[in-house]
Amino acid sequence: MEKIGVIDYGMGNLHSLGKALERVAGNQRIVISYDPEELIACDRLVLPGVGGVKAAMNELRRLELNQMVVEASRKRPLLGICLGMQVLLDRSEENGGVPALGLIPGDVIRFPDPPRDAVERLKVPHMGWNRVRQTRPHAVWAGVPEDSWFYFVHSYHAAPVHAEHVLGSSEYTKVFAAAVARDNIVGFQFHPEKSQSVGLRLLGNFAHWNGESR
Amino acid sequence: MLAKRVIPCLDINAGRVVKGVKFEDLRDAGDPVEVARRYDAQGADELVFLDITASSDDRPTLFKTVEAVASAIFIPLTVGGGVRTCADVRALLSAGADKVSINTSAVLRPDFVTEASDRYGVQCIVVAIDAKRVSKKGQPPRWEIFTHGGRKATGLDAIEWSALMVAKGAGELLVTSMDRDGTKSGYDNELLRAITDAVPVPVIASGGVGTLEHLEQGLSLGGADAVLAASIFHSGQHTVGEAKQYLTRHGVTVRSPAPLAFTI
Repeated sequence: MEKIGVIDYGMGNLHSLGKALERVAGNQRIVISYDPEELIACDRLVLPGVGGVKAAMNELRRLELNQMVVEASRKRPLLGICLGMQVLLDRSEENGGVPALGLIPGDVIRFPDPPRDAVERLKVPHMGWNRVRQTRPHAVWAGVPEDSWFYFVHSYHAAPVHAEHVLGSSEYTKVFAAAVARDNIVGFQFHPEKSQSVGLRLLGNFAHWNGESR
Repeated sequence: MLAKRVIPCLDINAGRVVKGVKFEDLRDAGDPVEVARRYDAQGADELVFLDITASSDDRPTLFKTVEAVASAIFIPLTVGGGVRTCADVRALLSAGADKVSINTSAVLRPDFVTEASDRYGVQCIVVAIDAKRVSKKGQPPRWEIFTHGGRKATGLDAIEWSALMVAKGAGELLVTSMDRDGTKSGYDNELLRAITDAVPVPVIASGGVGTLEHLEQGLSLGGADAVLAASIFHSGQHTVGEAKQYLTRHGVTVRSPAPLAFTI
């Protein structure tokens, strides 16, 4: 039986994600764990996360999960969600600047605070439903309508160096990378597990993805 | 562009959805999972559950309800009512809530908001602001915070209190006009505007919706980011879908769910 491992490093609540994966994973088993050996034995890995990047990187290191993620990323499908996507990049400017896993070249930067006299003051965090434009074809987009609505909660966003690593974009104060991809790695800034039917479709696509980038 | 959110609010008593006027005349309105599924299917952007169970012995029933609902629907779920400690916050998040709404406990001890948001993140801490207009006609408007369902005055200025709660770590404010609640005469848009102008976090409008026009006014006049309503949806007067169609016709950006992508 194939297994999907959900990396439980104490950064946020995994209830919804576990339930959503159970719903879409067919006969695969969902393994929620912080044990690197148990996780590396899974066929696909999901790195979730909410909170601050410094705490996230500290916990990944403390639990010896950072090396496991890097190793796993070489050979099996890996999905980062929200903060779990942000740590896939080189570095985040949150918490005064924190080096991250460096699997996708680029930084994680903060949305600019709106000027006080702006006509419509866009608030940070970017919280709520926004549309995602699919900037390049990918197996995870199968059956997901262009410009679908997804649920976001974040103050920082990924800025990949290479345009080909941007999988989808959204617009809030500016156009930003809402989804990233490189080889067998994908990352979503939004929460597919909170994005109703399109979110489940996307998770289901990942759950059955073989890791080929086309 | 970020969509404005439409949020049905469900009162929960001992594991059932109930309907009533100002906590009186409670009538059974169904199984929480069925009701939540119905609103999800209609296109609700989030759900808010308010636990009004009188006895704290019934807390495990609430956790079971939250767990059942969170397993059945895949949109954000906020749970409030009787949240007093970080252990309460953790228990609700573990049961599957995405956000927890803090009300009276924030008034009793504002630092509780900081403790909860430091530990679990500002994104999951909503502070409920229950405000009542205390200024007389002709005076500059002034609102105060009330607790215990609007019965107990605190002397706190609602606008200053809102700003303080954000400074303490509230990621979102749920602003209810106690004057308007249950009246079907529309939100207190002046109150909403005063708060939305004063704080940098999203504001959910609550209290007083009787028509779809009221929803639109909360967003345009009040400047709210989301509109919460209960009886307009529970009574069958309107579906969430109708509310969104109305808002779209009036130039408001709302999410239109894609029905075909995946059958939940």
